[in-house]
Amino acid sequence: MNQPALVEVEGLNDPMLPELQSIRRIVWETDDTFTLQLENTGHNAAEFSFLPGQFNMLYVFGMGESAISISSDPSKPTALAHTIHRVGTVTNALSLMKRGDVIGLRGPFGSNWPIEKANGLDVCIVAGGIGLAPLRPVLYSLFRRRRDYGRVLLLYGARSPLDLLYRVELEQWSKQYDVEVLVTVDRSDSTWKGYIGVVPNLFSYIKLDARATMAMVCGPEVMMQYTIAEILRCGVPPEQIYLSMERNMKCAVGFCGHCQYGPKFICKDGPVFAFPQISDLFGKKEI
Amino acid sequence: MLKENLNEVLRKHPFVGDLDDKYLQILVGCAKNVHYKEGDYLCHEGEAADLFFLIRSGRVALEIHAGHKGKRRIQTIGPGEVLGWSWLISPYRWHFDGYAVAEVRALALDGKCLRTKCDKDHDFGYEMLKRLADVFQSRMEATRLQLLDVYGSR
Repeated sequence: MNQPALVEVEGLNDPMLPELQSIRRIVWETDDTFTLQLENTGHNAAEFSFLPGQFNMLYVFGMGESAISISSDPSKPTALAHTIHRVGTVTNALSLMKRGDVIGLRGPFGSNWPIEKANGLDVCIVAGGIGLAPLRPVLYSLFRRRRDYGRVLLLYGARSPLDLLYRVELEQWSKQYDVEVLVTVDRSDSTWKGYIGVVPNLFSYIKLDARATMAMVCGPEVMMQYTIAEILRCGVPPEQIYLSMERNMKCAVGFCGHCQYGPKFICKDGPVFAFPQISDLFGKKEI
Repeated sequence: MLKENLNEVLRKHPFVGDLDDKYLQILVGCAKNVHYKEGDYLCHEGEAADLFFLIRSGRVALEIHAGHKGKRRIQTIGPGEVLGWSWLISPYRWHFDGYAVAEVRALALDGKCLRTKCDKDHDFGYEMLKRLADVFQSRMEATRLQLLDVYGSR
């Protein structure tokens, strides 16, 4: 009988073996979403690097693992951060941890946002809810070489004003880095002065130089569906639209099949895809 | 504002866009330029919907009264968008308050005047209805998406 071939994942000694990481700080962004800042002290810390859009598997001992996008600056790989929506057993356990507690980390895994390909183009970033987290490293990367890009637009939607992530940074980005930030919420009381409505509506208020625009979209799938329809309607070529998909991930290296998406695995072929790579599957039920 | 200027300003609004010139003249006959300061109301729930607005700049929040929960803002309307279609549908009353969140410049069209012209010239009426149907469709789609509460886990 043939022995199964060992698969080597670039940059990782054993992708199934977690590194120990201690928690430096937990910052609550909203009442159910927090940012976990880690002290990257593992023995591979010096070699650790990641690209915007990649994710790690965070392991709470005795509980299990969860795939979480990296939300920090790629130029500071030792100050890793993950913004986490408290929704299940593992994320709930993570939310209860304190400074100095130790978790396991495997990663980084997956494909990345096309920062290099966007060189010289306008960049339109569209995020919904927690979808802003995997796009924050993109913003940090663009800011480092701001002059290499044209307009940078951030269209961001959340459930309510209290559910907005990175509120202080949102203001800084528009002032400091010449980013056109448009924020909308699904509902609000009369204290909110911003936009109310769904993210695709925001395209009514901007004018894109469609051929010279790279769009990057992340959020709930149904929100991405309507958003991509709007971006295409604006005339942005499909190959200049990228999106990040989400499925239940377990092994993160394409073995287990939990995150299968038609002929692809979200963990190793994605999570970031160019729209034409998945346009035949996107929006189809039960895939 | 001069009639010629009104012509130009109307033509620039996406709702009007490529409208045939003879129909544009009908709109001009029913239109006026309006300005609201932040904090002003453009319309009130239950009142006669005598006007509809083509927003040029600023932002209008649509508010509904939700009983003991007080006022709820359900949507904002901004530049290039249309506020109100109750002028076309009996009993011609507003279904929400329209509050200027930011200073608003708009074109206000006299609903009664437009209704009369739509009744008199059905081709013009059909043009208006087609354009408003686009607005209905996109608002309904947005409302459905809002109802899905896509960001919520609770």
